[in-house]
Amino acid sequence: MTDVALSPASQTLLRHYRGQVLTRRIYSVIGVVLVVVALLAAMNYANAANSGKFFERLPYLFDFLKTFTPNDPMEIFRAMFDIESPYYDGSLKFDYTSDRHYLTESLYIPNFVYQLIITVNIAVVSTIIGGSIAFGLCFFASANLVGAGVVRWIVRRIMEVLRAFPEIVIAGLLTAVLSIGPIAAIAAVSLHTIGALGKLFFEVVENADMKPEEGLRSVGATWLERVRFAILPQVLPNFVSYTLLRTEINVRASTIIGAVGGGGIGEVFRLSIGRDHAAKTYAIVILLLVTVVCIDQFSGWLRRRLVGNQSFELGRGAA
Amino acid sequence: MTAISMAERNRLETKYPAVFHQGFMRRWGLLVGIGLALAYLVFCWFFFSVGPALQNGKWDRAGIYIQDWYSWRAQPRLRFEDGVVVPQWSSRGQYAEGAEIDWLTPHADGGMTATFGGAEDRLEISTSQVDVYVDGVAWPVMITEDGALAPGNPPANIEQDGSKVLVSYGFAGQAEIRGNQVAVQRRFLGWANFLYDTRSPLWGNDLFDTIGLVVSGHGQQVLEEWLGNRAWQHADILAKLMQTLVMAFVGTLFATLIAFPLAFVAARTITPNRAANWLMKRGFDFLRSIDMLIWALFFTRGFGPGPIPGIAAILFTDTGALGKVYAEALENVDDKQREGVRSVGASPASVNRFGVVPQVLPVFISQSLYFWESNTRSATIIGAVGAGGIGLKLLEAMGTNSDWDKVAYMVLLILGVVFLFDNVSNAIRSRLIGPAAH
Repeated sequence: MTDVALSPASQTLLRHYRGQVLTRRIYSVIGVVLVVVALLAAMNYANAANSGKFFERLPYLFDFLKTFTPNDPMEIFRAMFDIESPYYDGSLKFDYTSDRHYLTESLYIPNFVYQLIITVNIAVVSTIIGGSIAFGLCFFASANLVGAGVVRWIVRRIMEVLRAFPEIVIAGLLTAVLSIGPIAAIAAVSLHTIGALGKLFFEVVENADMKPEEGLRSVGATWLERVRFAILPQVLPNFVSYTLLRTEINVRASTIIGAVGGGGIGEVFRLSIGRDHAAKTYAIVILLLVTVVCIDQFSGWLRRRLVGNQSFELGRGAA
Repeated sequence: MTAISMAERNRLETKYPAVFHQGFMRRWGLLVGIGLALAYLVFCWFFFSVGPALQNGKWDRAGIYIQDWYSWRAQPRLRFEDGVVVPQWSSRGQYAEGAEIDWLTPHADGGMTATFGGAEDRLEISTSQVDVYVDGVAWPVMITEDGALAPGNPPANIEQDGSKVLVSYGFAGQAEIRGNQVAVQRRFLGWANFLYDTRSPLWGNDLFDTIGLVVSGHGQQVLEEWLGNRAWQHADILAKLMQTLVMAFVGTLFATLIAFPLAFVAARTITPNRAANWLMKRGFDFLRSIDMLIWALFFTRGFGPGPIPGIAAILFTDTGALGKVYAEALENVDDKQREGVRSVGASPASVNRFGVVPQVLPVFISQSLYFWESNTRSATIIGAVGAGGIGLKLLEAMGTNSDWDKVAYMVLLILGVVFLFDNVSNAIRSRLIGPAAH
């Protein structure tokens, strides 16, 4: 390797190259050291702030699981489908039957399935409401359709605030007014959806091809007509794709909001794990897992049909 | 407009059948979709019984809660004791002991004047009679054995409610006159005692005085008194905010570090072992699909409340999510660079180090930054279910139904932090992958 004789020009090149590599490495090392220091400080802080210390608690992490096992595996399915338990002793822990939701005399929906339906419905309703409002707003936020800087600036700031506003505060405020229920969850998730989808939507609109719009403008079409016939056909598939992606995210969001006072499966889950109801907890975990996987798969399939694989590359981080 | 001839029309129709004879779904699909969505919303209106819930809502309280965000109320009870009006403050009183209050002046004869805004709107309170001045006109409310009695034909501000008389001055406040006391609620814009609590020696200093104090060298004392504010608990709120940020930061960073090597195993272009790919990808799916809520509650049981369960919950969910994203990025790398490195006889590790990592690293870091950002928000919410941090603090403040000013303060802190992080991560990202890529 070293026996290759280099011309003076090449040697200068090599020297500069090596110099640059060295600078780059030094910067990388400084960056890594900074991150490691921040990480250690943060972990130390977290450990001090926690009520149980990390390394003291670590060996006992799975301890509660040892006592947290149902009497037999079938118990999980009995809890899931509200079938009477042979261990029933009058306590809430083995009382699976009293929360059935009867449709007719004998046909009933198991409670957890019913709560799951509520949660999924909250997610879908909020996606529809939030998505519609975001759809209406996004055209006013895109630079290629609205020349006026003020309107664009205001709409974008509104979206940013809605995106960053903590959902539990909206839920909490509405819970205080309307008492605990799904409306608080719907409002909270919808408002966040407006912000999140609005941003993705106007980015799509800004990337749209402006030639059809120019064509319509040349024949004297109004702003509304141009948006309807030039922009909308281009962006609609991406809009639908993002909305489906948002539905997936909103199912998770409405579960969590449920746990802090929005009702639905989240609340039932928080109560059951807090009260040590092992079989019920596992039943909910399995139900949630199955639902989330099904919704992910279905919406993934639909999105692939609508816009092909590109939908999986765009704007992923906007969760 | 010139009409086209029949022949021309037929020619166009046969040439572009897709334009003139569209399928049903193409023509009506959008309308059908909108119709279905509307029908679904109507169904949900009844499913969630939105109507009754809205009707039973305590909307009058909602107004008060919203006002509490940006204003504060002083609410003394002016009790009638042996011919003397005695103010009684709750434990959350916003005035220091013996402080002179400009809107509540005691009289030598034992009575008291409470002004609401201007001198036109005020209450002249004595134990036998309360003169309610509305726009300068006096309306005497008699205090009798059976309660308070409003005069005849009172204005809309004064209302008899059983044995009580309710007086409303709009935003400035309201009063409830009873047989034995007057409950006054006086509202002011801003946050009371935000800087110092009533027990602090610096109480009464406003923002400008404080800046003066800092400039004249009392910075240390100002900081201590501010952080030690018992009413607003600044030190505690900032510590909780820090916990939330730590949760997001440590959780995302660990998830990145763990997902990075695992993604190489999951990517089928890097590891030509179908079984390993499949197992790793299903593992990611499993971690991802279990909700962050479930992980958070699970680890709260294990570690006790605090940032560690929050970190663990973010770590588990995001190892799955990041692993999936990373593996997809790895499967899309340009093969030429790997081939080039391989062709000079490099080891497999070197092939990955010099042929793959330089291509994917910017994408990886950019994705991790996205997750960091969104986890700052998630950490707030999983904090509320038990992991601690500002989320729990928010939930506690909202639970009291009277600390909405504190809620507003925390919301502002969170918004500020989220915007800051947004901009920082955007700046890093555009350095890494160019401004066009996000």
